Order: sequence, then structure tokens, then C-alpha cells
Amino acid sequence: MVFLGGQVLPGNVGRAILGPFADQRAVDALNHSLGVDRPLLVQYGSWIWNFLHGDMGTSYVFRAPVAPFVVDALGNSMKLALVAFVLVVPIGILGGVIAALNVNRPLDRIISLGGLSVTVLPEFVTGIILILIFGVWLRWLPIAAAWPKGAGILTQIYYLILPSLPLFLVLFGYIARMARSGMIEALDSDYTRTAVLKGLRWRTVIWRHVLRNALLPTITVIATQTGYLIGGLVVIETLFRYQGIGSLIFTAARGKDFPMLEAGILTIGIVYAVATLIADFLYSVLNPRIRLGAEQ
Amino acid sequence: MTDPRQATNALELKELSVAYRVGRRNRAVLRNVNLTIKAGEAYGLVGESGCGKSTVALSVVRYLPRNGSITGGSIALDGKDVMKLDAEALRRARADSVSMVYQDPGKALNPSLRIGRQLTEIFELTGVTGQAAEDKALAMLNRVRISDPASVMQRYPHQLSGGMQQRVAIAMALANDPSMLILDEPTTGLDATVEAEVLDLIGQLRRELSASILFISHNLAVVSNMCDRVGVLYAGMLVEEGSTRDVFNDPRHPYTVALLRCLPRGGQRKDQGRLDTIPGFLPGIGATIVGCAFADRCALATERCRAEPPPLYELGEGRLSRCHYHDRAQSLPRATPAEIAAVTPKQAPPVLQVEGLNKTYASHGRPLRAVKDVSVSLRPGETLGLVGESGSGKTTFARLLLGLVPPDDGGSIELEGKKLAPRLASRSEDQVKAVQIVFQNPDSALNRSHSIRHILSRALKRLGGLTGKTLDNRLEELVRSVRLTDRHLAVKPRQLSGGLKQRVAIARAFAGDPRIVVCDEPTSALDVSVQAAILNLLADLQSKQDVSYIFISHDLGVVRYLSDKIAVLYLGRIMEFGSSEAVFSGPHHPYTEALLSAVPKLDRTESARIRLDGDIPSAANPPTGCVFHTRCPRKIGTICETQEPELTEAQPGHTIRCHIPYDELARLQKPKAMEPA
Ligand SMILES: Nc1ncnc2c1ncn2[C@@H]1O[C@H](COP(=O)(O)OP(=O)(O)O)[C@@H](O)[C@H]1O
Ligand code: SF4
Ligand code: SF4
Ligand SMILES: [Mg+2]
Repeated sequence: MVFLGGQVLPGNVGRAILGPFADQRAVDALNHSLGVDRPLLVQYGSWIWNFLHGDMGTSYVFRAPVAPFVVDALGNSMKLALVAFVLVVPIGILGGVIAALNVNRPLDRIISLGGLSVTVLPEFVTGIILILIFGVWLRWLPIAAAWPKGAGILTQIYYLILPSLPLFLVLFGYIARMARSGMIEALDSDYTRTAVLKGLRWRTVIWRHVLRNALLPTITVIATQTGYLIGGLVVIETLFRYQGIGSLIFTAARGKDFPMLEAGILTIGIVYAVATLIADFLYSVLNPRIRLGAEQ
Repeated sequence: MTDPRQATNALELKELSVAYRVGRRNRAVLRNVNLTIKAGEAYGLVGESGCGKSTVALSVVRYLPRNGSITGGSIALDGKDVMKLDAEALRRARADSVSMVYQDPGKALNPSLRIGRQLTEIFELTGVTGQAAEDKALAMLNRVRISDPASVMQRYPHQLSGGMQQRVAIAMALANDPSMLILDEPTTGLDATVEAEVLDLIGQLRRELSASILFISHNLAVVSNMCDRVGVLYAGMLVEEGSTRDVFNDPRHPYTVALLRCLPRGGQRKDQGRLDTIPGFLPGIGATIVGCAFADRCALATERCRAEPPPLYELGEGRLSRCHYHDRAQSLPRATPAEIAAVTPKQAPPVLQVEGLNKTYASHGRPLRAVKDVSVSLRPGETLGLVGESGSGKTTFARLLLGLVPPDDGGSIELEGKKLAPRLASRSEDQVKAVQIVFQNPDSALNRSHSIRHILSRALKRLGGLTGKTLDNRLEELVRSVRLTDRHLAVKPRQLSGGLKQRVAIARAFAGDPRIVVCDEPTSALDVSVQAAILNLLADLQSKQDVSYIFISHDLGVVRYLSDKIAVLYLGRIMEFGSSEAVFSGPHHPYTEALLSAVPKLDRTESARIRLDGDIPSAANPPTGCVFHTRCPRKIGTICETQEPELTEAQPGHTIRCHIPYDELARLQKPKAMEPA
């Protein structure tokens, strides 16, 4: 699993963590500090070694075991990611479906172009704009994601909405686009034609025949976006001063706290691998061709 | 078959014109098509692919592609104008009166719903739900004679064979007891025996149901067996119409004449002359047509043809022909000269000698004997035809020859007297060059991103070891030998039609001067006119270069045309082996007999059908005794179930694997002189 995580992480780890707009020097420094310029096998061996012993090392900066920091930060990041996901998955899919049902009509154009433009905006840009609009100007939402100690779940979510919005915007475009193309393919398929020519109601055709087949590939994409999501967290968490795994890595990189860094990266790799596994699992549960393939 | 109580026509197209929008322009696909199908009638629509057959079908059910539109005329189903229906009325018409079945049943069924669900939802439309709907669905599956319908209900489409999938699709189409059933190439791509079964089924259902049928196919023989009347479509126009018997036996349009001539018929063989072909191509969609649309390809064309569009001449007895010279259509000169270089029978030593070849795969821990104890030999310039249903081991045998999979230990393959290594990697360069393959789908063999010149040059470099000037010369020669021109060299595969791509694939296979070329269904995806040209090409190359072919096709007429020897395979075993003449004219093995009688015939002389029931058994679990006994119409008793017959020599060079003695087979099969179409 760890190896898989290491494998699927993008080639330039530093770049992946710091996002496409980070300073090149910062990336180089991070790459070096991560040891990703070491031979792959050496890295792999040391990671595995550490991990297998449940020993993530000792932080240079805090002079304390790394593990509790990482676990805490991961928990926080998961909350943030979860809020973003819960918002973006249904809305993104809905957007894609609506676009596909109105293909090449104005509504489709608006959704597709809108999705594309918010996707290409880097998250620190959208983040700052959102902070200005909702936090400073309208004063609807708290600017910093750090909720008061002992806040209830609802308050926590309330604090997380604004930080999750930039992630939402970036992912919305991807998910909507996937859902749209999956839908169009399913709508053009022979089995949809069969369903329509049976004389089924349009609603039934969509719900029963089109949606399920259309959204299968989307699920895979959502999973691969998890990797991105975690990369995106570095910027967002720093921007919103949120104690997640992203800001942990960022701080560790700045402070040359290698054990902390490695543990953080490894954790991200694991999360990514687990997400991929879950996606594969979902995909095969939903797809009878894989689920029942063995019987043949 | 005609139901006199119903006066209205089941389908009436009046001056129907349809266009597809491509590059901001509407391009005409159907041009003023008039067509009437009477209640209870079966009407066949034929023509080369791209002539607009499917467009007719899709117009009738109002399901044209997004860029398609009806630009004129009217469509009436049961007297109701389909184009005037609003969305709800259209849905009701689809639910109640018209159904459609098309090619590729695997795609037509929803991959993620159980078969049962896909059937019950049809009955739910009429208010029948729950157990009642289940019962009706089950009854429907029984009606299409599917084996074990209860378990089929629980399965997903991918768990069914192609033939079963198409039966399910037919069951779905018939569930609402439609008055109009449209079948668009329903058997194209299915195996010969499966095809025959599905056609049988449609024929039987036709008698049970009142539905009128629009049967679309590019396979003339299939249409001739199924339909009362046929229409021939060319460039979106109806060019000939009449009763099936008349049109196929006495065609009055040069296009129909030419189509019929492309087929190898009446046991025709390569040494009796080339097949006729149709030169040129269909006009593209939206082409401006002055005069007769067929004029560019018609050897009878005159000045008048090019200037004056021929009307649909009425010839009496419901016959129509869109040709100024319909009275002499049959005097159409051949487009391809018949004579072929005489091939002298060879006494050369065999180029290929296969001895006791076996291939066992592991399937869920059980051995699956895909090829069992196969021995054949082939001389230079000869063709070995491999015949059998899918799953009989044809493709595995081909892959063994090519070294793509290693055979089990023990057997041997000898090429020109030298043993061939089991794996491609350990064969010498010359041996690799010597055995090449041409697939059904040329795309799989041609790299999409390279030009034809690049593809062929690479093959010449790799297989022929050529460079520089010699390569260029040889390239030119190769291109000419498959009748391509320089123009084709610059383009990429996707810019070529299926027939041209297949020529490139053939050229590639011939780049290294092969001794044996395996042809795996090389013409199955092609129109008859293109098929004829490819078969001629293969025959020409063979007579010039003395190359041997292993020829696999489910079209027995085609196999017979090209083959000198035939091996009939069933569950990996050779059931019969002999000269093409001996195998086809019989006496033959009961399996061969059944295969031959399953072939649809153009002249409709229905010989008593010997049908093969059920699917081919799994090779992982073959029947005991004679592996064919579960389906053998001539089974003689328990000996067939307990003891596997030997492949015994019935006559010199003709071997049969059956307990029935040769003389007895001769006596049993005598009354029916079986000839494939
Ligand atoms: N959606 C489409 N857009 C543009 N051209 C099309 C479309 N569908 C089919 N065609 C073209 O229209 C012609 C007729 O097609 P079709 O009705 O499918 O013929 P057939 O069924 O006889 O093979 C062909 O030239 C085909 O390439
Ligand atoms: S009208 Fe002329 S060109 Fe057309 S089919 Fe008849 S003879 Fe040929
Ligand atoms: S051995 Fe028996 S079962 Fe087999 S083909 Fe002959 S008659 Fe049929
Ligand atoms: Mg078609």
C-alpha cells in the first residue's frame, strides 16, 4: 500500500505538495529535504522501515515524537477534505448531468465554461477572493478556520465552509466535466436507445439506464482527485491558518524538520492509496461486469 | 401470412428525405424514398454499408442521431403520421406498436441491469407489475427458446453468449406485441450457426406473431431466406424493388446484378475464375447527383444515364427498377475479368507439417483443451480452410502456428521440413518472416498514428531487411501488388475505408515474402463487393507467390472458394479433414453436415434443415465419448456417449471422426445434395 502510494504520487513531490504556483526554490528545497533525490529504493526502504516500526521518528523542531502531530493534523485535514467532498461531489455530478442533458445549449455552455474557468484559477487566488467577499465584505463566514476550543460539530463545519470553497471550485470543474462526458456517452449508447425505444418514460430512462452507467467512470476520477485535494491543502491550510497535514508539511519543510516531513508525506501517500482502493472497490461493486466477472 | 382484416399498411414512407448536418451543411442521406410494408409482410432492405439502411430504420422510430433531421416526406406507422406525434404520443407508439433490434446485442442491453429487470420494465408500462411481470418476462424468454430462462432472468448481459443476448433483445422487442418489427443487421457479427439459429427463430416467431417486419441486412442470402419482398437501396435511393424471388433470380438493376455476382455461389472455386466486383465507391453523403447515381460504377452507362436521372420504372407485378436500361441489366459486363492464371497442382513437399498438436489452457484450475491432437499438412500454394463455431479452436490453432502461445509438449510444427520453436521469441528471423497473419479487423494490426508509407516501410525493414533504394522499389511493388496507389501512402489508416485498410494489412503481411499467411476472418466485416475484391487479391497473390494460407471464416461459401483443404474443428478436435471438394460434397461428418445446412441460401431452396440445438459445450468440460454427441442429429447410441471415435481415413486424404461408417454416412446423406450458397 505504501509502495503504491509512493508510486502514484506525482513525479515531482515537492511541486505536488506546494502546488503549481509555489516558488521554484521552495520546491527544490522541499524535494531535497524529502530526500526524493535519493535513489528510490533507499527512500522506499527507510520509509518502510520507519513505518513498520510504528516509529515515525522524532521531530527536530519540537523534540518530540512525530506521530501525535501527524495524527492530529491528519484528522483536521480529513475534516476539511470531507466538507469539501460532501459539497462538491453531488453538486459537481449534478452540474455535469444537467450540462449533458442540455448538451450544446446555453445551460451546458454556462456550466462547462464556468467549471473550466474556476478550475484553472489557482486556489490561493480563489481563496483570497472568497475571503474578501464572504469574510471581509459580507462578514458571513469566519476568515480563519481555527474554531474555538471544544466547538461542536456544527460550529466546526461552519468554520470549514469558507476554506473548503476554493477546493470545491477547483474540483467542481473536473467532476462536472467527467460526469458530463460520461452522461453524453451513456446517452448516445445503444442500451439507452433500447430503453427509449421500449417506450419508457424519459425520467425512467435517465434514472434507471443512463445515470448508473454514466457515473461509473466519474467515481474513479473523484478518487484520483483525492491526491490533488491533499496537495491543494497546503495552500489552503496556510492561507486559512488551519492546523492540517498540509500546513504541517509546509512548516516542517520551512523548519527543515525532516522526520516530520517524511511522516507527513508518507501519510499522504497512504491516504491516497486508500482512496484509490476505496474507489476501485466502489467501482467493482457498482459494475456487475467486474463483480461477476469471475463466474464466467 | 398477410392478415386480410387489417387494411392499413404497417409502414408507409412517402418521399422520405433525411440529412445529416456535417460541417455546418445539411447533407442528404435519404432521397425521396417511397416504401410500403403491408400488414404482416416481411420486407428486406439491402445495399452496401453507408447507403442509408440504418437511417431508414432510425427515421421510422424517430431516433436519428443528434445531427440528423428529416428534411421532407412523411412516415406513417399503422396509418398514423409519426412526424406529427408529440413526445408522449411518440413514446406510446414506441411502447405499443413499433420495436427495433439491431446489430451488436452486447451493446444494446444495459450492462448494469439484470436481464429480468430489463424485461419486466416493459410490462410495467402496461401496468403489470411484481410477480405478474416476472411471469410474463419468463414466458417471453421461453418464447425466444432460450435455455434455462429462469437463470437467464438473474444474469447480467455480459454473462450471456452473443446468440443468447440477441435472443433477449428479440424478446424485449416482441414483449409489447408490436405491429412493426425493425431488424437492423440482427445477425451480423454472429457465428454462422448462431446466425442460422437466430434467423430460424425470427422465421418461427413471424408465423406466431402478427408483426410486419422490416429486415435490414447487407447479407443478401439472409434476406432472401426471410423476406417476401426486397428493396435495394443505393446512395439513399430505392433502385430496385420486387418480390424476393424475382429480385434475386431475375434482377433488373445493374447494381443488384453486380451485388449478386460478388458472392461465390454454387460451390465456385478460385481456380474456376475470379469473383466479379463493383468498381468505385458509393457517392458520399450530400453528394450532388446528376443523372443516375450508379453511373460512375455502371458498365452499361450511356450519355443519357449521366444526364437524365432515371425514374423508378414500373415493370409490372410490383417490380420497380431505377434504370433506363432495366431490360438489359443482366447483360452488365463483368468488372473483373474472370480468367486467372492456371495453377498447376503441386507435388512439392509440404510447407507446413503439424503433428499431434495440443494446447491446454488452465481455466479456474481445470484444464481446458483448446486444441487437441491436431495433425495437418499443407503444400506450397495451397489453402487450408478452418471451419467450426466460435470456441472450436480455430483461433488458438492459428496462434500456435504464429508462436503467440506455446503448444503443450509433445506435438510438433514443421515449416519447410524444419522444426518451428514453440515461442515466437526463439524462432529464427526467417521463420518469423515466414508466418504472418491478417485479422478480421485491420485496425488492430495497423498503428493509427503512422502513415501507410511508414507502416509498410517499417514492415519491409523489419521483415524484409531492406533499406534505401531497394526498400523504395520493393515498397512500390508491394503497394501495386495489393492494388493501392501512391495516393494511399501518405494517409493514416483511419482515412481509409475498411477494404483499403485490409489491403494495407495484407501488404504488411506480404512484406517479408511469407510462406504461410493466416487469414482470420479477413472479409467478415466487409461488404460483399469489397469482400470479392479482397478474395480475388488473395487468390492472385497466392498464384503468383506460391504462398499458403490458413483461412478462417464462418462464411462457408467464402471458405470453399479459397480453400484446397478443409479442417472441420469442434471443441479443439478435427472432426473431418480432406480436400475442399470431398468435405463439401460429402459424405461428411454429421457436424459438417449440420454446419452446411445452416448456411442461408440465395435461391431459397429450403433443404430440410439439420439444426444444431443449444450452445457449443464448454471446452473445459467436454462431453464424454464423441464430444459432438450432445448435439449430434445422427447419434447412433450409447457408443457415441462412451467412446470417442478415432479420426479414420474414409477415403485417401479424407478423414472423419465418427462411429458411423463411411458408407453408412453416404447412404444417410444421399437424398439431400447439399450445396452452400
Ligand atoms: N450522425 C451522422 N452524421 C453524419 N453522417 C452520418 C451519421 N450517421 C450516418 N452517417 C452517414 O450516412 C450514410 C448512411 O448511413 P447509414 O444509414 O448508417 O447506412 P447503412 O445502414 O446502410 O450502412 C453513411 O455515409 C454514413 O457514414
Ligand atoms: S440508368 Fe444507366 S447508369 Fe444507371 S444503372 Fe441504369 S444503365 Fe447503369
Ligand atoms: S460418433 Fe456418434 S455422436 Fe459423434 S458424430 Fe458420429 S454419430 Fe454423432
Ligand atoms: Mg447500418
